[in-house]
Amino acid sequence: MSDKYTQFVSHGLGRDIAKRLGLPQPVVLRRHQPGRPLIDGPVLVQGSTRGADSLAAALLGWNLDVRRHAIPKEKLGAIILVLDELAHPADLEKPVLTAATSLRDLAPNARIITVSRTAASTPEPATAAARQGVDGLLRSLAKELRAGATGNGILLADGAGTTSPGTLGAMQFFLSGRSAFVDGQFLTVSSAAGRLPGDAGKPLAGKVAVVTGAARGIGAAIARTLYRDGATLILVDIPAAGDHLAEVANEVRGTALQLDISRDDAGQRIIEHALTRHGRLDIVIHNAGITRDKLLANMDAARWNAVITVNIAAQLRINEALLASEHLPDAPRIVSVASTSGIAGNRGQTNYAASKAGVIGMVRATAPLIGGRGGSINAVAPGFIETDMTARIPFATREVARRLNSLQQGGRPGDVAEAVAFLASDAAGGISGEVLRVCGQNLVGA
Amino acid sequence: MPVNGQSDPGQPRPGQPVPGPQEPAATSSAQSPKGGDATEAAAAPRLRRAVVVGGNRIPFARTGGAYTKSSNQDMLTAALDGLIARFGLQDERIGEVAAGAVLKHSRDFNLTREAVLGSALSAETPAYDLQQACATGLETVLGLANKIKLGQIDSAIAGGVDSASDAPIAVSEGLREVLLDLNRAKTVSRKLQVLSRLRPKDLAPDAPNTGEPRTGLSMGEHQALTTAQWKITREAQDELAFNSHRNLAAAYDAGFFEDLLTPYRGLTRDSNLRADTSLEKLATLKPVFGKNLGAEATMTAGNSTPLTDGASTVLLASEEWADAHDLPKLAAVVDGEAAAVDFVHGKDGLLMAPAFAVPRLLARHNLTLADFDFFEIHEAFAGTVLSTLAAWEDEEFGRTRLGLDGAFGCIDRSKLNVNGSSLAAGHPFAATGGRIVASLAKMLHATGQVDGRPARGLVSICAAGGQGVVAILEAL
Repeated sequence: MSDKYTQFVSHGLGRDIAKRLGLPQPVVLRRHQPGRPLIDGPVLVQGSTRGADSLAAALLGWNLDVRRHAIPKEKLGAIILVLDELAHPADLEKPVLTAATSLRDLAPNARIITVSRTAASTPEPATAAARQGVDGLLRSLAKELRAGATGNGILLADGAGTTSPGTLGAMQFFLSGRSAFVDGQFLTVSSAAGRLPGDAGKPLAGKVAVVTGAARGIGAAIARTLYRDGATLILVDIPAAGDHLAEVANEVRGTALQLDISRDDAGQRIIEHALTRHGRLDIVIHNAGITRDKLLANMDAARWNAVITVNIAAQLRINEALLASEHLPDAPRIVSVASTSGIAGNRGQTNYAASKAGVIGMVRATAPLIGGRGGSINAVAPGFIETDMTARIPFATREVARRLNSLQQGGRPGDVAEAVAFLASDAAGGISGEVLRVCGQNLVGA
Repeated sequence: MPVNGQSDPGQPRPGQPVPGPQEPAATSSAQSPKGGDATEAAAAPRLRRAVVVGGNRIPFARTGGAYTKSSNQDMLTAALDGLIARFGLQDERIGEVAAGAVLKHSRDFNLTREAVLGSALSAETPAYDLQQACATGLETVLGLANKIKLGQIDSAIAGGVDSASDAPIAVSEGLREVLLDLNRAKTVSRKLQVLSRLRPKDLAPDAPNTGEPRTGLSMGEHQALTTAQWKITREAQDELAFNSHRNLAAAYDAGFFEDLLTPYRGLTRDSNLRADTSLEKLATLKPVFGKNLGAEATMTAGNSTPLTDGASTVLLASEEWADAHDLPKLAAVVDGEAAAVDFVHGKDGLLMAPAFAVPRLLARHNLTLADFDFFEIHEAFAGTVLSTLAAWEDEEFGRTRLGLDGAFGCIDRSKLNVNGSSLAAGHPFAATGGRIVASLAKMLHATGQVDGRPARGLVSICAAGGQGVVAILEAL
């Protein structure tokens, strides 16, 4: 499971060899460590709008070393490009080319974050062109960055500003090591809902969260991350995985609920367990999923149905039960694990991709429904993640798959978990119906 | 005496007020503010309820199977950790944990405490080992329930474990004596002198066996005598075995064990379970016990339990503790009774003690067999269950041995071992009590009330040495 190549080319002789031969040069990514600063080094806030000013003021409040103008040769931790008042594509030139002069001063694992408005929220073609332009700009720039640096964007819909809780929450997420494997992605802040946590180290304090498929892999990592962030956990997995589930539950001080989520009454069982044992239910993480890969020409009903049942039908039914329940607190949060297969497709995975694309459709359609209760629903789409499952891919195929993204390495289960934990937090309350890819900007697909 | 969930042997005595189930725990204090009652109250402290919160076991494995390399401590720790995970007991200081094993290594002298230390419980949880042969598991439940009733502890975990795979093998008596003397010898010449006593035969190890020390007969041979005495047919035994497998398989299919069992070492079901067995298949098996009795031998590998490895645990608590921890209360542990028979002189069969314990226990509570909704009679052998039932239905046995006017009674067979028992699940000696109590508590809770009273269950477990322990549980 360990990526020995990345270790090898990260320093000394290995780095020299890789450079001379033009081989991929992945670096060890900066990941979140509790107690460490959000980001090392100065943060350059580029832009002269009022939105940029108020954002810079907010960042100062987090004790960041904020710059409004670059000092040549000074290594930067991040560049925040505030483009919230674009009216015409020509408006891009000045801020973008100014930022360009600082690109060579980015420290390893630096961040570039754009803040702009959604193109769909304007009827003006020139404005829409400018706003949509940011999309192509950021995705291309992210592919040019090196040494673990990433580029991501925050899109503001009508009703959201540069200092809305969702904007600041997304800003913290993108600046921090929590977003290590998120690259070339946008998050839309659709409203001013949500709030930043009182204790930045425990953003989920007081929350009761359910994680399905929690016995191993990404699910277990999600459980550990939510626990680290202060949540009380209910861990669900099929009875046959009960031993691993118990291990994880004892590690994160949660309760293990052996339950097949494809059972008709799974939603009720989860709600009942949460209410009787923990008094409430704030967060549901739909992580459980299976693969039954076959080329469609060889697909049988059993393989097809098993994947559809577990990966999407079960989530739909559990969500129905949750939304029908009168016992949920205000602002419930649901996060589903989708997959880049559901976005870009994958040979041999018609059933899996259909189910995961289904998750994305479900999340978008459920957002207005759960929004009525002040809640949110989002999806995370992992790319190549180093798990027991991917460890079984033949060596050469795995080695290629790992390098096919801007960060030239596979992600860790914890990287997916960080994105899930962020979307499950109140800081992300203004973000709903979104699909966040955790794929290191995979080169195939969207 | 009125029936209630708190009866206790010997108290309260007839004529004294019987504490009702609804009375708060504070009344367990012997100090009464009312002077008139103080003396009596001190003599008969009011007891609170001990409830079964739930249980956890690992699947039982046939010896030499999935758990061949697992020690008693490994399995008991796994069963504990599954219980802890189910009920969120991490770092919890439990009042006391009691468990035991029948086949025990000398290094397992503090087995239960070592398992607790290896588990996710608070290291400040005390524990003790208990051993009463196959009744070990049930006796830990009764002993801990009594402590809870008395107010000595608020929570407890009862359990049991056994491995016939990882069984202890001792050195011979001759070698053992030589080794001990060698250790005491101070000089080289003395040491050589001691060593010279060693003979080749002393080097043969002493393997454990399940034979009775006082008769030399194995348990199966003992039961064969009893089976023949009560004229239990091969067909009746095979039918009981068939029902056990069928009921256990159905329970698994219905998800009954989802919150009673945690997989272990790749096993998700009891490996002895044969969901596809049939009366025809069972009828083809050759007898293994009682082949020299003259009568027709009827006991086969199919209607006898195999040697098994496994562990089980039961979480017990006072009602207050369960409520404070937002945990379920499935059933109350009402009362228990132990009995023993003189099998050495052949007065009764080795495994017939429950035939005496149950009538005594029911008499104490003014109950008859008709007052029960579930019977959990441990299937050491199909013949054991059927011999016990036959004794209860026998007028002469009732008159001469139980001192009754006639037969003790018969049970509604549709209430017997409804989710399977040891013939299908297997029988890791000390773990059987915990398996039965946790499963029965769940069944009772699901049934709730019957005819305006709480559903009631009877547990009966026979044990080596001519012993038996039985208990009553009531739904909450």
